[in-house]
Amino acid sequence: MNIYVLLKRTFDTEEKISVQDGKINDDGVEFIINPYDEYAVEEAIRVKEAHGGEVTVITVGSEESEKQLRTALAMGADKAVLINTEEDLDSGDEYTTAKIIAEYLKDKEIDIIFAGNVAIDGGSGQVGPRVAELLGIPCITTITKLEIDGKNVSVIRDVEGDEERIEAHLPVLVTAQQGLNEPRYASLPGIMKAKKKPLEELELDDLDLDEDDVAAKTETVEIFLPPEKKAGKILQGELADQVKELVSLLRNEAKVI
Amino acid sequence: MPRKVIVLSEIKDGSIRNVSFEAIAAGKTIAQGGEVVALLLGESVAHLADPLFHYGADRVIVIEHENLRHYTSEGYSQALMEVIREEQPGGIVFGHTALGKDLSPKIATKLDSGLVSDVTQIEASGEDFLFTRPIYSGKAFEKKRIKEGILFITIRPNNIPPLEKDESRTGGLEKKNVEIKDLRTVIKEVVRKTSEGVDLTEAKVVVSGGRGVKSAEGFEPLKELAAVLGGAVGASRGACDAGYCDYSLQIGQTGKVVTPDLYIACGISGAIQHLAGMSNSKVIVAINKDPEANIFKVADYGIVGDLFEVVPMLTEEIKKLKANA
Repeated sequence: MNIYVLLKRTFDTEEKISVQDGKINDDGVEFIINPYDEYAVEEAIRVKEAHGGEVTVITVGSEESEKQLRTALAMGADKAVLINTEEDLDSGDEYTTAKIIAEYLKDKEIDIIFAGNVAIDGGSGQVGPRVAELLGIPCITTITKLEIDGKNVSVIRDVEGDEERIEAHLPVLVTAQQGLNEPRYASLPGIMKAKKKPLEELELDDLDLDEDDVAAKTETVEIFLPPEKKAGKILQGELADQVKELVSLLRNEAKVI
Repeated sequence: MPRKVIVLSEIKDGSIRNVSFEAIAAGKTIAQGGEVVALLLGESVAHLADPLFHYGADRVIVIEHENLRHYTSEGYSQALMEVIREEQPGGIVFGHTALGKDLSPKIATKLDSGLVSDVTQIEASGEDFLFTRPIYSGKAFEKKRIKEGILFITIRPNNIPPLEKDESRTGGLEKKNVEIKDLRTVIKEVVRKTSEGVDLTEAKVVVSGGRGVKSAEGFEPLKELAAVLGGAVGASRGACDAGYCDYSLQIGQTGKVVTPDLYIACGISGAIQHLAGMSNSKVIVAINKDPEANIFKVADYGIVGDLFEVVPMLTEEIKKLKANA
């Protein structure tokens, strides 16, 4: 099977966010594979282990994303593709990224594409479904279980806590929801092997794209932090009195009950 | 300049979801005096149209088809694209719900348009609009504008207030026939796992448990408290990882981001990832045995104590209050 994974490098979830000169400050920040994309990588490797084939991991970003691609290779992916837009693009949006990925994938033989259902930085969850739409293949989002039998695909989709059982045929793009699997850690031999696995680096030129073809449809004009929350009131006294006081405060001061 | 705006309404448990009324209000804002057209899709749904008028829709278009009984992106896409072709809107608003998240990027791609997802605030800026949305799960915010084409947004539930309900309002109801066919994904079964129908992301009150809840049974008092408040139950990653509850309840940087009026954190330490998912709630109550717990730093009100003592007392007090009201 020809299996593809869309992957994004993101801030570690532990990181505090600060803003400098109107931009998110990434000095000294630890980066990881977007957690939902990690589920996607894991599921792709499991599908390869069960059905044979090859897993190719794709990212759009800068040279620095190589580290996350190598991690995916160390987990068990076979090939990686870095589409480096650092020199060509000042800014992009979901439209930009989807267009670039779809351009890379359009001539490929594809059985299944995995993506995370959302990235924990931008948080819009657009790129996966946009790529599927551009390629003209069905897309099922937020899956928690996947079974493949020949060309038939059966998935469980999480819908705000309820479940849908959906059937479709390959090729298909699915986006991973938490609960799909438990991603493996890269083993030491895996890490050694990953260094020798192919990592192809491309630029827009190599895809016959120029800046205008992928120009963003939206732009960010301001980034700001939410007002810092002040520590509130810790209630004192007998527990039963505290509870009474709390109810009264919620009723009369906060007016939320 | 006035523009026509299409708002996709959503139905849950036989009635229109609140987020759809909020979407009408958002539609009114970006319409700048233009018409707001609510779209209602389903198998037999025309009888649900009235509240859409009461909350401000100028027109309602109803498309009924057996293939629209359950949401599928392809079925809804076919209906929606037909309406968009005919109406030529200048704006589109969806709720940022499971449905909206799934469908909006696909429609935006069909229209070759931009899309600003998960909008929490809209402000006019000259001829333009600025859309505020959370990034890094609410650790920061950005303001975005759409450079060209349709103003297409999805709005986060509970953030943009709906218009005042006016039951005297009416409008034009049009039924449209659209052939919905060739669906490539088929829903075989829908398994209801959530109870009571209060959706976590739309709930006005969320009662949330962490590792301190200690077991699946430990969530019972939290469920009772949520029930008397008409709220939903959530959880921290710790509680989900420990198997006390389903991952669909998880609130945090992975998981759901919620902004209820009242968030009650029980036995939750307050890891930064959890705070990202809830710290923009309007009022936060923390109940924790550990007075040093991080959660107290974001709480408006805190009680240092055992949640298994405090939560049932709180449920009783609120019951009393409701009985006297």
